[in-house]
Amino acid sequence: MSKDLTIKDLHISVQGNPIIKGLNLSVQQGEIHALMGPNGSGKSTLAKGLMGHPLYEVDSGEVIFDGVDVLELEPNERAKLGLFLAFQYPTAIPGVSLANFLRLAVSAVRGKGANGSEKDGLIPMREFRRELREKMQQLGVDDSFARRYLNDGFSGGEMKRAEILQLAMLEPKIAILDETDSGLDIDAVRIVGESVSQLIGPDLGVLIITHYPRLLDYIRPQFVHILLDGRVVESGGWELTQVLEAEGYDPIREKHGIDE
Amino acid sequence: MATSEKNTMEELGVSKEYQYGFHDDIKPTFKSRKGLDEEVINQMCDIKGEPDWMRQYRLEAYEIFKQKPMTKWGGDLSQLDFDDIYYYVKASDRSERSWDDVPDDIKKTFDRLGIPEAERKFLAGVGAQYDSEVVYHNIVEELDKIGVVFLDTDTAVKEYPDLVKKYFGTIIPSADNQFAALNSAVWSGGSFVYVPPGVKVEYPLQAYFRINSENMGQFERTLIIADEGSQVHYVEGCTAPTFSSESLHSAVVEIVCMKGSRVRYTTIQNWANNVYNLVTKRAFAYEDAQMEWVDGNLGSKLTMKYPSVYMMEPGARGDILSIAFASKGQHQDAGAKVYHCAPHTTSQITSKSISKDGGRSSYRGWVDVAKGAKGCKSHVVCDALILDKDSRSDTYPVIEIGENDTNIEHEARVSKIGEEQLFYLMSRGLSEEEASTMIVNGFIEPLVKELPMEYAVEMNRLIQLQMEGSVG
Repeated sequence: MSKDLTIKDLHISVQGNPIIKGLNLSVQQGEIHALMGPNGSGKSTLAKGLMGHPLYEVDSGEVIFDGVDVLELEPNERAKLGLFLAFQYPTAIPGVSLANFLRLAVSAVRGKGANGSEKDGLIPMREFRRELREKMQQLGVDDSFARRYLNDGFSGGEMKRAEILQLAMLEPKIAILDETDSGLDIDAVRIVGESVSQLIGPDLGVLIITHYPRLLDYIRPQFVHILLDGRVVESGGWELTQVLEAEGYDPIREKHGIDE
Repeated sequence: MATSEKNTMEELGVSKEYQYGFHDDIKPTFKSRKGLDEEVINQMCDIKGEPDWMRQYRLEAYEIFKQKPMTKWGGDLSQLDFDDIYYYVKASDRSERSWDDVPDDIKKTFDRLGIPEAERKFLAGVGAQYDSEVVYHNIVEELDKIGVVFLDTDTAVKEYPDLVKKYFGTIIPSADNQFAALNSAVWSGGSFVYVPPGVKVEYPLQAYFRINSENMGQFERTLIIADEGSQVHYVEGCTAPTFSSESLHSAVVEIVCMKGSRVRYTTIQNWANNVYNLVTKRAFAYEDAQMEWVDGNLGSKLTMKYPSVYMMEPGARGDILSIAFASKGQHQDAGAKVYHCAPHTTSQITSKSISKDGGRSSYRGWVDVAKGAKGCKSHVVCDALILDKDSRSDTYPVIEIGENDTNIEHEARVSKIGEEQLFYLMSRGLSEEEASTMIVNGFIEPLVKELPMEYAVEMNRLIQLQMEGSVG
């Protein structure tokens, strides 16, 4: 049975300032949603809040995934449930190779004692290496990536591809892509877009958070939502992106009485 | 959870923290009485059957030691009582070469430290110091064949008196500092290495050191002579059992790097947290010679250690990589010293420290460029990682430049484990403890990647142990 992430009347504040103000949204495994909004509408706050960042305070509301109250869980427990966040600005971890980090992460997410795991709870090195190589080939990522220190000295495009590689390896049920297209040139957006589209299937639900429709040319969402002032004010299909493209956010702001 | 169990254990005064804190019941065959005077030194010389020149050397050093005031800088030495220490303990009557000859209870301790594996894997000479005397010392035949001498220093005094006399105490004289004087008076064990001209030793020479007798000072003395154009890598790793009263470890390591030679000296120390670790390490590097210190300090109550390189002739190079991990109740006062005594010499100091649970780490460094030593370069990088608000990190750099034509850079950074780093790793499924451990391991990676494989694994495991229960 496909699982869903349901957000009900969510309120999140940062350092006492309310940013998300009563947001409702539901994403099912196998569905692709786009959440579009201008700068300052609360996109990244929602992304980090859903993943459990300690500085993003949930004041009220519910986030239920597969019947479990997600808000009670630590970020790592959310990851184990099958949630994934591709960061807008991934953090560098100097001295830790992408491969070493991913082996621990994949082992943690699949659970101790997962098939053939070793005494230390890690998936066997050979199996891991094979899988990593396959995924890297599939996504057209260079072999040298595995040995490089995580996000350390990566270009913007490399960081985003590393995020997508992690997404591919961790096989989440719902992935949130937080402005994955930001700071990338057109070629990089295409590469990242094509990579994500390869991972799409009935087991993966995707919530693409963006303020440009560029990435959506490669990953066509079935559902499009407009985020303004911390709430989803419009939901629809592909046609909403066309409206935005033609008219921008102003007519929608006006319609809902929201000041810029 | 494990954390609360740990707290209860601590309240009861039971420490689970020190993995190697076991104590085998070994009967030393000789143990001097507590405290130090001429009689103890003479007794030690008699038992060792030492030549008269060494006896005189010791007695002179003891006179110097008595006149030196207690060291006031660095860490707190006020709890250190020189009268409450055994200065000489002999665990077994003779040095052993074959594993079969090693007494069973000593073997058991070595087993728990994984020494036989180390030997099997590296097939190099393993000199393992047990109490004050080297009881197990295996030199592979190849070393003999290529003329490399790798002995415990006591034996070297008897078998290579000319070499020892020529260099012993020339790099670090007895009068250098209080603890060099003490070591010169009561030294025992340690390694003596001589590498003939042009010989490159392909594998690391290793020695394990271990303090086992309660209240026993360990004063090993190591002398390495790399003749012209030779190469050698010496590795020492230390673990010590936990005892209730204080222990003193005060070693002296002297290294001579002759023209065009290259010496690397790697240390990983994990002393029990009641040990005072006060070590003097110094190398002289002559024309185009290269000296590298790789120094990892975990554990101990107080470590004061500043490996140094004197670049005596043009083209000499000194590299020092030091990592300190200060945990609860520990002070790591570590650093490095480089002296550019000749033109066109180069040095690089990389110091990394980690402080946690109220631990304190200090970097103490000295960069000296002599007048007329033109075209010297020195690059110093200090990175400190502080894991919680109770912990502390300080930097005490001194730079003395007597020459304008010189290029000195000093960078210092202090960082905390960032909330963003933790969140990032946790969002991928890692627990907070796994995430912090990974960040710390990444921080020390520049050192670990310089270590032989087996030590790298051990270092990572030690860090993991240090980090256990650190989040809660």
